[in-house]
Amino acid sequence: MTTILPIDQMIDAARGTISRDIFVSPEFHKEELEKLFTRAWLFVGHESQIPNPGDFFVSRMGEESVILCRDTKGAVHVFLNSCRHRGMKVCRYESGNTSLFVCPYHSWSYTTDGKLQGVPLYRVLYEGQLDRSEWSLIEVPKLHLYKGTVWASWDAEAPDFMTYLGEAVDHLDQVLDCRDGRPGGSEVIGIHKWILPANWKFAAENFLGDTYHNPSHRSVDMIGIGPSARAGQTGRRDNEYNKGQHVWVSYPQGHGVHSVWMPEEFDYQAGYQQYPIVDEYFRHCFHERKKRLGDKARIMPFTGNLFPNTSYHGRQPRGLCVWHPHSPTETEAWRFFLVDSDAPAEVKDVLRRFYMRYSGPAGMTEQDDMENWLYATKASTGTIARRYPFNYQQSMGAYKRNDQIPGDVSVQITEQNARNYYDVYARYLKGDTWDSLLGRGEAARQAAE
Amino acid sequence: MTGRHTLSWFALKQEVEDFLYMEADLLDQRMFWEWLDLLAEDIVYFMPIRRNVKFGQHAEKENTKQGEGISWFDEDKWTLGKRVEQILTGVHYAEEPLSRVTHMVSNVRLLEVSPSPEEATNVVVGSRFLVYQNRVEYETNTFVGRRIDTLRRNGDSWLIARRELILEQNVLLAKNLSILF
Repeated sequence: MTTILPIDQMIDAARGTISRDIFVSPEFHKEELEKLFTRAWLFVGHESQIPNPGDFFVSRMGEESVILCRDTKGAVHVFLNSCRHRGMKVCRYESGNTSLFVCPYHSWSYTTDGKLQGVPLYRVLYEGQLDRSEWSLIEVPKLHLYKGTVWASWDAEAPDFMTYLGEAVDHLDQVLDCRDGRPGGSEVIGIHKWILPANWKFAAENFLGDTYHNPSHRSVDMIGIGPSARAGQTGRRDNEYNKGQHVWVSYPQGHGVHSVWMPEEFDYQAGYQQYPIVDEYFRHCFHERKKRLGDKARIMPFTGNLFPNTSYHGRQPRGLCVWHPHSPTETEAWRFFLVDSDAPAEVKDVLRRFYMRYSGPAGMTEQDDMENWLYATKASTGTIARRYPFNYQQSMGAYKRNDQIPGDVSVQITEQNARNYYDVYARYLKGDTWDSLLGRGEAARQAAE
Repeated sequence: MTGRHTLSWFALKQEVEDFLYMEADLLDQRMFWEWLDLLAEDIVYFMPIRRNVKFGQHAEKENTKQGEGISWFDEDKWTLGKRVEQILTGVHYAEEPLSRVTHMVSNVRLLEVSPSPEEATNVVVGSRFLVYQNRVEYETNTFVGRRIDTLRRNGDSWLIARRELILEQNVLLAKNLSILF
């Protein structure tokens, strides 16, 4: 599986230049859909959305609609949302509970484990020809449940999800685990879906560790919208990390995170001023977490992106985003907001209100991101613009391998995460083996450096 | 409330319509602080997210609910004040340069009047909105939906005590909701 695109010229991670074409050209878009989204592990949803047998949630994987479903026996499946007969979507509700998915077109029906059950006039029209067992809904060959989250890949040869996730797991855990350190235990309290007229990789890259874009959020930092803003504090979050060392870490599989490595001795930083119950709750969680996790409690999460298109915010706010490409210049963005399912009602209420004013198209912080991504995309489509690559030379070489924590660790703001991400991206587009995609091949590692 | 009405009912309806048009004009003229003055201190400003649900489940599941989970807006006067403050920093790039906005308000109906049209202190008014936003050069959004406002008498004028905005979209087709409704 080779490509005609001159990828190595266009993505030169060693020199720190990347062609604008990968953000705007239909050819790259097509290659991504065929070679990247058909192989990589993608986030599909959360088990809290489908707690009971028969529950379903319609999600997306890249450009395609999929059904996340818990069958009547309790097993979780992900199906392509398209009838095997003429392709009609078998489900156009966003979520619900059912015992059958009935296609509106010719009424073929499927059970919650994907099996074709009902074919109208079967005996008269199909007897002896149609073997129903061969015409189930198309199901992902690889599925993994991790601490409530559901992930899938269309590639039967894909490595298991934990190998794919690699050492980025320590950071993802900080998003998915209870605030007091118990494993898992989160729930989705709501979902944003919106269209942004920008290339999806701008969004992924933003979360991957682009801390350099902080000035674009000056307006919220000036006025203060954080959990303590009602008490007069400026900024867009509480400062939980002021004693920690910020770290930007990249991984051979293409993931990148921005976290904070706290000192050996560190104490709870009060927050949520004006909400004493919430502050007390987080203080309690902080100490419990330290007891439970020991040294690992020193990792506190900001943001990250799990290759290719699942981003997260770790604490303030807290949730997962997925960037689904519609075209080179249009993306469907989904955000899943998370809280601990057993958090007190007052805590959940303060958090959801903060999430809403911070995040997404109605969020005061992220509106400015959307503006940047839109006009960065638009201003890169021109013939002249596309002759000039983007600059990714920030903090070249300024990282150390496995420094305190695993991964390629930078202690200064860096584009190393992005250089690494696009290097892995290039390998997908060249159709490399899984060994190379996981960064196991020596050539791959050298290229990354 | 349909049927035959008294003159005082029509007078009240006209007064309420004038108020809504004046309020819309303040937003379109970018007189944001003056607009905030029309909001009651305890205002609820709510725009649910709409979902595609099976027939028969609309009342229960179509719209996200105020006071729980995630909606487009579920906020109070403090947060709306922050939105105004942010626009007026001059560095809120999603509204810098400022969008051009026109609020059309129509289908105005008095849904509840208390205690009476003559002495009304509380009015629930239904309307439709069509909000046109154009920003920078080519970016244009049209937001259409229903609005249910609760107005509270304030001397010669009114205060908006509750605004519910039912936007007729599922996936939001605009990149941002950076304007006020």
